[in-house]
Amino acid sequence: MNSVIKSASYVLAHVPQMVIHNGTTQTTERVVNPDGDYLKELPKHLRSFKDCVEYWPNQVYIGNKTPEELEAVEFPYYDKNIDGASRYGKYGEIMPEDEFLLLAQTCDVFEVYYLTRDFVAATRPKLEADPIITDDIKGRIQEGIELSEIEKLVKEEAAEGLYLDGKLVGCVKRAHDIDVNLSAEVMHENIMNKATGVLSLLYLVRNAGINAADVDYVIDCSEEACGDMNQRGGGNFAKADAEIAGLVNATGSDARGFCAGPTHAMIEAAALVKSGAFRNVAVVGGGCTAKLGMNGKNHVEKDMPALEDCLGAFAILVSENDGVSPEINLDILGRHTVGTGSAPQNVIGSLVADPLERAGLTVNDVDKYSPEMQNPDITKPAGAGDVPQANYKMIAALSVKKGWIEKKDMPEWIKKHGLTGFAPTQGHVPSGVPFIGFARDGILEGKYKRVMIIGKGSLFLGRMTNLFDGVSYIIQTNTSAEESQNSVSRDEVKKLIAASLKEFANSLLGTEEA
Amino acid sequence: MDLENQKRVKEFAEQYGPENVVVLVGAAEGEAAGLAAETVENGDPTFAGPLTGVQLGLLCYHVCEPEIKAEFDANVYEENVGMMEMVLDVDDICEEMSDIRSNYCKYL
Repeated sequence: MNSVIKSASYVLAHVPQMVIHNGTTQTTERVVNPDGDYLKELPKHLRSFKDCVEYWPNQVYIGNKTPEELEAVEFPYYDKNIDGASRYGKYGEIMPEDEFLLLAQTCDVFEVYYLTRDFVAATRPKLEADPIITDDIKGRIQEGIELSEIEKLVKEEAAEGLYLDGKLVGCVKRAHDIDVNLSAEVMHENIMNKATGVLSLLYLVRNAGINAADVDYVIDCSEEACGDMNQRGGGNFAKADAEIAGLVNATGSDARGFCAGPTHAMIEAAALVKSGAFRNVAVVGGGCTAKLGMNGKNHVEKDMPALEDCLGAFAILVSENDGVSPEINLDILGRHTVGTGSAPQNVIGSLVADPLERAGLTVNDVDKYSPEMQNPDITKPAGAGDVPQANYKMIAALSVKKGWIEKKDMPEWIKKHGLTGFAPTQGHVPSGVPFIGFARDGILEGKYKRVMIIGKGSLFLGRMTNLFDGVSYIIQTNTSAEESQNSVSRDEVKKLIAASLKEFANSLLGTEEA
Repeated sequence: MDLENQKRVKEFAEQYGPENVVVLVGAAEGEAAGLAAETVENGDPTFAGPLTGVQLGLLCYHVCEPEIKAEFDANVYEENVGMMEMVLDVDDICEEMSDIRSNYCKYL
């Protein structure tokens, strides 16, 4: 039987100070143009936590609003906040920077992460008031050290500073004196990825209504690498996240594929469950500090807020068929293979048209498509256009070439089968996954029958191959009831065999007599 | 334009001579295509990469511009670019690219 989508969680951590100190657009600028206007202007464009929470796309991401509701909002979105919106949502939450810095401290198991005593004292009650934070995690909070010690570590030991409202409140030390893979910068990046991954796993368990101990495998599909100089990407974020989130019975591993990573991981999870190897597999993708403020120059230049101020993360639970939850259909997989080629129509053909054709379907048989779901408020001012819309246009254009739709119907088709982008530009995070929660709910409500999730990745960034990559799969209404109706029981098989043997025996007897 | 790509374009121009290099871009938006063209013709407008302040003036086209389309076998073009032609705002891209060429290209 097919595996099912049991639950989904989506979280954001609002980290404006990390935009300044850790986003690579900013760290690069500090090297090549340290006295330029951009670094001076950027702080004025950072949003308050309130503005970040009340931002439409963020409210969609955590499930308080739907993509359909967002579609009705006039573009751009950044000047049309939702007054009084909650930081807590159906799928997860938006955590403020102070609480997140403390949560990240609880994720450090190698004594490299330090906060000041004053900061911990002031922030502990806030983090403890968050209902998702477990007693185990509360018990992991360290009291902190003196600011003077942290200043010394930053100045003399190349520690990476942790800031709140422009003030130094902590640091991440290097984990090795020489190994760049364990530098303070890398340790910072990896601990923040881990902390967002942990937060999304906590919500995943809550949303699924299961015990943390029921999860038996975790696949991490983010874009960071943890390891040392002898195994740069050795891993294993999955197991590290599972430990802090209290998934005591889980093992796990990391899957990588740039932005396509989550889609590969979901297919692997579905196969692991369908094969019977594991019963509850959590796919988790933590956030990426490097991408904070990636398009900040364009945002500042256009005098708008620097919208890439959040770490995004998600987790999806793939479980054994419960007869109700939407299924992952592994019979309809899109695959961009080595031989596919990288022209856009080959890519869309291999990911969308080919798998549907193999299953005897057309593009019209899928209710919604979730390709790269980047928030256009972020990408359009940066000259990258509306990414989901560009994908829908390509799917529609290919469908015209296939004769599935009329050219004049393209805009209407796009409106019906497309979605408005709402995901933070965190690489792997926008890639198909943000809609899985809504797809699950929509299928359970009977609003959709089939939803296609499409992941695409730019492998050239690793300088190992110029090949493009992508995979896709279909989430559909649960069909286990139909399957059991159509299938024949063991007793029925026995009866059928007995009847045919009897018939055969009679025919033999009949032959002899004749 | 990606910093590494800027470096490669600069190296090609040095190796083969700028008059012998044509840069072909496939960006999906006029603005993005224009930025790439501006980078290889007038220098990196974001002041971040190796082409900052380097006015190579290279000849630069988008793959959907008629001059380039005419160079291809029609079937190959249709197979590889036909779908994107339907999707892209080709007029906007052509206008942007030809503006940048007329302002900065040294090898027209």
